Amino acid sequence: MNWEAFWLTARLAAIVSTLLVAIGIPIAYWVTYSRWRWKFLVEAAVALPIVLPPTVLGFYVLVALGSGSPLGRWWELLTGHTLAFTFEGLVIGSLLYSLPFAVQPFAASFGAVDRTLLQASASLGHSPLQTFRRIVLPLSKAGLITGFALSFAHTLGEFGVVLMVGGNIPGVTRTLSIDIYDQVETANYSSANQTALLLLIISFLVLSIVYGLNRYGLSRSSWAVSPWR
Amino acid sequence: MAVKVPLAPPAAPKMSPQPISSDLEVRIRKRFPHPEGSFHLNVHFRALAGFTILFGASGAGKTTLLDCIAGLTDPDDGRIAVGGEDIYDSQRKRNVAAWKRNIGYVHQELALFPHLTAEENISYGLRKLSAAERKIRSREMLEAFRIEHLRDRRPAQISGGERQRVALARALVTEPRTLLLDEPLAALDRPTKSSLIDDLRRWNQNHRVPILFVTHNGEEVFALGDEVIILDGGKIMAQGLPHDVMRAPRLETVANLAGFENIFDASVVALHEGRGTMTCHLRSGTVELETPLVRAEVGSLLRVGIQAGDLLLATEEPRGLSARNILPGTIRRLIQRDVMIAAIVECGGTNFEAHLTLAARDVLQLKPGKSVWVVVKTHSCHLMGV
Repeated sequence: MNWEAFWLTARLAAIVSTLLVAIGIPIAYWVTYSRWRWKFLVEAAVALPIVLPPTVLGFYVLVALGSGSPLGRWWELLTGHTLAFTFEGLVIGSLLYSLPFAVQPFAASFGAVDRTLLQASASLGHSPLQTFRRIVLPLSKAGLITGFALSFAHTLGEFGVVLMVGGNIPGVTRTLSIDIYDQVETANYSSANQTALLLLIISFLVLSIVYGLNRYGLSRSSWAVSPWR
Repeated sequence: MAVKVPLAPPAAPKMSPQPISSDLEVRIRKRFPHPEGSFHLNVHFRALAGFTILFGASGAGKTTLLDCIAGLTDPDDGRIAVGGEDIYDSQRKRNVAAWKRNIGYVHQELALFPHLTAEENISYGLRKLSAAERKIRSREMLEAFRIEHLRDRRPAQISGGERQRVALARALVTEPRTLLLDEPLAALDRPTKSSLIDDLRRWNQNHRVPILFVTHNGEEVFALGDEVIILDGGKIMAQGLPHDVMRAPRLETVANLAGFENIFDASVVALHEGRGTMTCHLRSGTVELETPLVRAEVGSLLRVGIQAGDLLLATEEPRGLSARNILPGTIRRLIQRDVMIAAIVECGGTNFEAHLTLAARDVLQLKPGKSVWVVVKTHSCHLMGV
């Protein structure tokens, strides 16, 4: 069992899913309440990582992070090294990769909040943002937990993007899924089996918690929301 | 050398008598969806401090109108002013956001916040006050509406009538400039209803603001109304005192909606606890009616409503009837409405409207001037507070 890869993966998933709560909430807010006619294009773009081959996403992220792009150059100027093949680069790639797994449950739960509650809040003198903070967010607890857990589990198991953006540097970018691939390549099946089983169990546990919460924990007051719209 | 400017400019006295107006003035047009195609809401009215009832069948545009005033939906054009301040004016492109309007709105579905306790719901609108102040004010409100015991309970844990109180308290605690109530008493039993009406009245005595009260229940109109506006198909059919408007015979819609073609001011003459009835004197004449017993004292004023279809006419004095009220009278007018006859019968100075079939008119040979007896069952008399 490669514990170095385990902790690296856990750290990556925790950072990415936490950041996605911060990034996903404003995006989901906009997706839920915007009346812009081209909104569907943005929704499609956010959902892209669900269907795109991870290597395609990884390739573009790699290009965007490299010293050929403005972002890559700016990062180099700031830190003295490139983003590609670093842990930070991995975080950026994973953020994009797991974005829909956070935004979609968030948006679904925001949209499920009864409109009359929002109107009541407005009549009681609260601005849309205040209403969002005091009414929509608390009533979307289930959706927020679902989005956090799904993006955590999804980041745990990513492979293609990591390989493209991070390569395979022990302690920096070698995650569990890369480790399994390595072990299989060197015909170390029993070790690969251990790691694979661990990932399987963790992913199953996380999803069980999500569905359990939706089914029993929060559904009592009909706040529950399925992860998919 | 400069002349000293007098303290009060001459123009001032002309300005000052204008009272601080709390009126609500609405003149708007708005297309709104309706099961039978789209309707146009096209209204112009002024509501003074006190209760104004918005009365109409469902689909008349009542809720759309309230939503426009609250700022939850935009009219197509027009103007809305509260206390002389424009909150919407299409010509001047002015449209104050809903959350800045300070208009209390109790939604039909109440819209209590499910994750907050009763007290938190009530203090929600007191955003600008300090925490201590919020607590004092919401406790006062809980007390005034007799729901202190529900303080720490969530909406799902309290009964329908109690939820209604919480919703009212939540709107009133913010001291709104105008109060919009969308059927807040629907689905309440009668005692709960009348005690809530009392609470509202008490509040209104200290806060003289316009209260627009939507209902399609005729009894509520008489129980509450200083003024009533009849809305039908998006248009105002009539506005005035409930007594005048609801009885206006030319307004068939009104009569149908109200369900009471006969509405009389009455005073209680005697109580007969033993038989569960009381005697009421109709103040428009000499007639006395035996009505169901309600909690009232001798001398107290109330209104009696009787549906025209509940009245019987007889050409000879009937005997051996169970009905307690048999009133001699004279037919004044017969009005044909489609296949129905509305007979206006004067009994001791009071006009009753009775509805008959064409056949009944012909068989009884009814015509103006003919003497008849009007038969009124005790339980056809519906009593309403004044």
